[in-house]
Amino acid sequence: MMETSWPILTVLTFIPLVGVIFLLLIRGDEAMVKRNARDVALLVSVFTMLFAFAIAYNFDPSYRGYQFVDRGEWLADDGIGFVMGVDGISLPFVVLTALLTPLAILASWHSITTRVREYMMGFLVLESLMIGTFCALDLLVFYLFFEAVLIPMFLIIGIWGGERRVYAAFKFFLYTLAGSVLMLVAMLVMASMAGTTDIATLQQFTFIPQVQIWLFLAFFASFAVKIPMWPLHTWLPDAHVEAPTAGSMILAGILLKMGGYGFLRFSLPMFPDASLFFAPMIMGLSVIAIIYTSLVALAQQDMKKLIAYSSVAHMGFVTVGIFSINAQGISGAMFQMISHGLISAALFFAVGVVYDRLHTRDIDAYGGVVDAMPRYAVFFMIMMLGSVGLPGTSGFVGEFVVLIGVWQANPMVAILSTTGIVLGATYMLWLYRRVVFGVAEHDAVANLPPLTSREILIFAPLVILVLWYGIFPNAIFAVMDTAVAGILDRIDSAILFESLAHVNSGVDSGVNSEVNSGANLLTSIRADT
Amino acid sequence: MIDLLILEPALAEIFLASISLILVLIAAFIPHRRLATLIVRRTVIISLLIALWLVVYNGNQPAYAFYGQFFTSPFMVYMKILLILGAVGVLLMGRRSTREDEIERPELHILMLLAVLGMMLMVSANDLIVLYMGLELQSLPLYIIAAIRRDSMRSSEAGLKYFLLGALASGLLLYGISLIYGFTGSLSYDGIKLAVDAASISTGAVIGIVFLLCGLAFKISAAPFHMWTPDVYEGSPTLVTAFFAVVPKLAIMTLFIRFTYGVLGDVTSSWQQVVVALAALSMVVGAIGALRQTNIKRLMAYSSIAHMGYALVGLSSALAVGVSSVMVYMVIYVISSVGVFALILSLRRDGRPAERISDLAGFSTSHPMYAMALLVLMFSMAGIPPLGGFFGKWFVFSAAVEAGFVPLAVIGVLSSVVGAFYYLRIVKIMYIDGVEDKLDTAIPFSNRIIATASAGVLLLFAFVIAILRDTIVATLPFIVFVAG
Repeated sequence: MMETSWPILTVLTFIPLVGVIFLLLIRGDEAMVKRNARDVALLVSVFTMLFAFAIAYNFDPSYRGYQFVDRGEWLADDGIGFVMGVDGISLPFVVLTALLTPLAILASWHSITTRVREYMMGFLVLESLMIGTFCALDLLVFYLFFEAVLIPMFLIIGIWGGERRVYAAFKFFLYTLAGSVLMLVAMLVMASMAGTTDIATLQQFTFIPQVQIWLFLAFFASFAVKIPMWPLHTWLPDAHVEAPTAGSMILAGILLKMGGYGFLRFSLPMFPDASLFFAPMIMGLSVIAIIYTSLVALAQQDMKKLIAYSSVAHMGFVTVGIFSINAQGISGAMFQMISHGLISAALFFAVGVVYDRLHTRDIDAYGGVVDAMPRYAVFFMIMMLGSVGLPGTSGFVGEFVVLIGVWQANPMVAILSTTGIVLGATYMLWLYRRVVFGVAEHDAVANLPPLTSREILIFAPLVILVLWYGIFPNAIFAVMDTAVAGILDRIDSAILFESLAHVNSGVDSGVNSEVNSGANLLTSIRADT
Repeated sequence: MIDLLILEPALAEIFLASISLILVLIAAFIPHRRLATLIVRRTVIISLLIALWLVVYNGNQPAYAFYGQFFTSPFMVYMKILLILGAVGVLLMGRRSTREDEIERPELHILMLLAVLGMMLMVSANDLIVLYMGLELQSLPLYIIAAIRRDSMRSSEAGLKYFLLGALASGLLLYGISLIYGFTGSLSYDGIKLAVDAASISTGAVIGIVFLLCGLAFKISAAPFHMWTPDVYEGSPTLVTAFFAVVPKLAIMTLFIRFTYGVLGDVTSSWQQVVVALAALSMVVGAIGALRQTNIKRLMAYSSIAHMGYALVGLSSALAVGVSSVMVYMVIYVISSVGVFALILSLRRDGRPAERISDLAGFSTSHPMYAMALLVLMFSMAGIPPLGGFFGKWFVFSAAVEAGFVPLAVIGVLSSVVGAFYYLRIVKIMYIDGVEDKLDTAIPFSNRIIATASAGVLLLFAFVIAILRDTIVATLPFIVFVAG
């Protein structure tokens, strides 16, 4: 592990919280508080973003293990420590979080007019917790951040959301909580068995396969709700529809990825046998998710709901990729998550832009937007095509690499997943045609004001990144290759251990050394090819 | 001098007993009731703080008094500190509400003082007779203060109900004590501890233990002995409810720990199942019962039932980590209950106390900072990290898992999800409903301090927990002290 002389990731995590203190200190009349709150929040989140970029710049992609690790003494008697660190799997998410938060704050610049200070506090707290979730290298610390995210998100949906916000906020909170508490019990079992909650140690710890099954299921309950997988996805459309635009951007952009991140950080390395055992089931569920939610998306009248369902379908690609358990599948899933983070945030913002103007998300209320807002039509088109997976956008790379991986695991699943891409093209293109093209039947649509420079400023980085990663995907793959290989080695050694234990049943001694040599062999084979 | 030194371990108790007698006289001879209340209230608070100092001052070493019937050690000192601080907290926040609820009588405070004295005796009891006397010394004042608004039907009903059911529980307890005495031949903790071991414990003694635990479960309002709690909480004046919710629970939880883990630590089979059942039932009943409540005090009653269930989960493990987790849990419970009641006590709408949950609507606009404090308290009680309540749950469930009770932990976490619903409902009412109508009156100064402090501590609990646990673990060897 690469340690640093000062707790760089802890500082990164807590910078937004310092911003919260600043926000609390703002005094003055209401208009002044509002203006200053916006400025402070934006400033702090931009600063966090630059800090995160600096960390990413100093990240060494070839190093195997965690970097920028800092260890704080905390509850040592219980085997708990405040450990933070990143590797190739978590770093992209940290950067994505730091990038999307200022955009989300900008996106709510004028659309949030009540309790602005509290709103901005909510977002900064949220940012801090999300970064913490991805940096935590201790089970308890991870759980603290992972679960605490619910509080600001509940408030953001509940206070600043749409008409049915109370229902949506409660559903979001209770659904996610119910999944997470089972994971909590599993964490306690792991801590009790391994005597530590250190993630790096636990990733090397071998749990008995029978126990792994239960632990895996408990973690699955949490991550499957979070990501979300069919049939546990029903909270997502409600939450997305009712959340304010920026809330949806963060929800789709980051929060869903916590589920995928959890699979990669916990499920695969810690429960390799159970992962192999359950992989077919999860691939099956993912295929259902891809096809079913795509069909559901096709039937939606509400733009946000349509994009929400498309998110579930895209996350289906992520889970099917992860559980194909090979290099292409996992890298593709990682790539898909980053790409979907950018695309879905932009799509939700695109809906928010017209919603701010017409206050409806009904597709039929639009049509002919292109005449009044040509630039908007271009941005929306790029993002829509990214979502469809057009070559040249990042959406294509993610789905394509996932499909390569899935094909190796099970060609039938790959074929069925591909129908999702076809359906995806159908509902997205149809949405685009109905909203953007055609003749403007409503006067309000014909008189829509064009994009403001603030809105262009939000679209621009997302569009650039989607195109850049579409053309030069290695920018992301290079960062995570080593980490993905680490996960696969762990699984290979588990397979080897199983088969050797089978062969040598009764001969306990020597198994370990053989496993190690076998794992080394596999690693070297992989390095050669 | 020598004779006095023998009493030294019980100095705080003796001091409080004398003060309460003097106060009865003062209250009787001052004709002006408001003045008498003022003097008594202040004296009670000050003498509790002096008692706190005496407890801390005497607390370094384990020591016996009264021929081994009274025992004090760092563990007891720890619990007494919590107990006194809880009582002082409740007294401090009641200044205005005693006036507005028309319970401005000196007796109220004297009775509270006597109840605290009884609890301190219970905590230190090293003998079943002393235990029973301490328990009754705390129960009788509590029955009276529940009915202190004697003109109010609800208050009288609460007192009577509490008294009748409490008497029944005392009966169970006494019956258990007599069985234990009959089958082990001893009343002192040390004697019982020596008399029982896993191989030779008799069925009669086990029945006695079960009866005693049921009596205690009644007093701590663990399901299925919880029926009285919602009615008594609702009927009593809110200040008294706050007192019920905070102080006695601590004392009785200490008894639970000392009697099970301490005295019967070698024969866990005789009590473990009972505690597991109490814990599981309380968590479920507390969570489900609270769902449909509209009165804040009834809601807090069910919430306290659930919290006692969580605390008992830690005890059910019968491990040292379990006991320390219970103590952590109780600390958090006291802090959050005191904070919540400090706010409930000071809320008024249209001149009457805000007792319905819906009365909280608009709290976030009329008192933004205190609404935020209540928000923190609610999320903490729901057990959402990183707030204090989460750490309590983490440690109790961790102990349960350590002892192999994974299903109990699963029941616990699932009922905490159900519980989260009603805490969230309060947040929703504060922040989403009726944002326009504002609550009247300012919050009294002491209540502000208490609410802010407790919310602050719970918010930053991650920084406190390590120190807290170290302190607690250091007291664990002193739960029951058997010489030799």
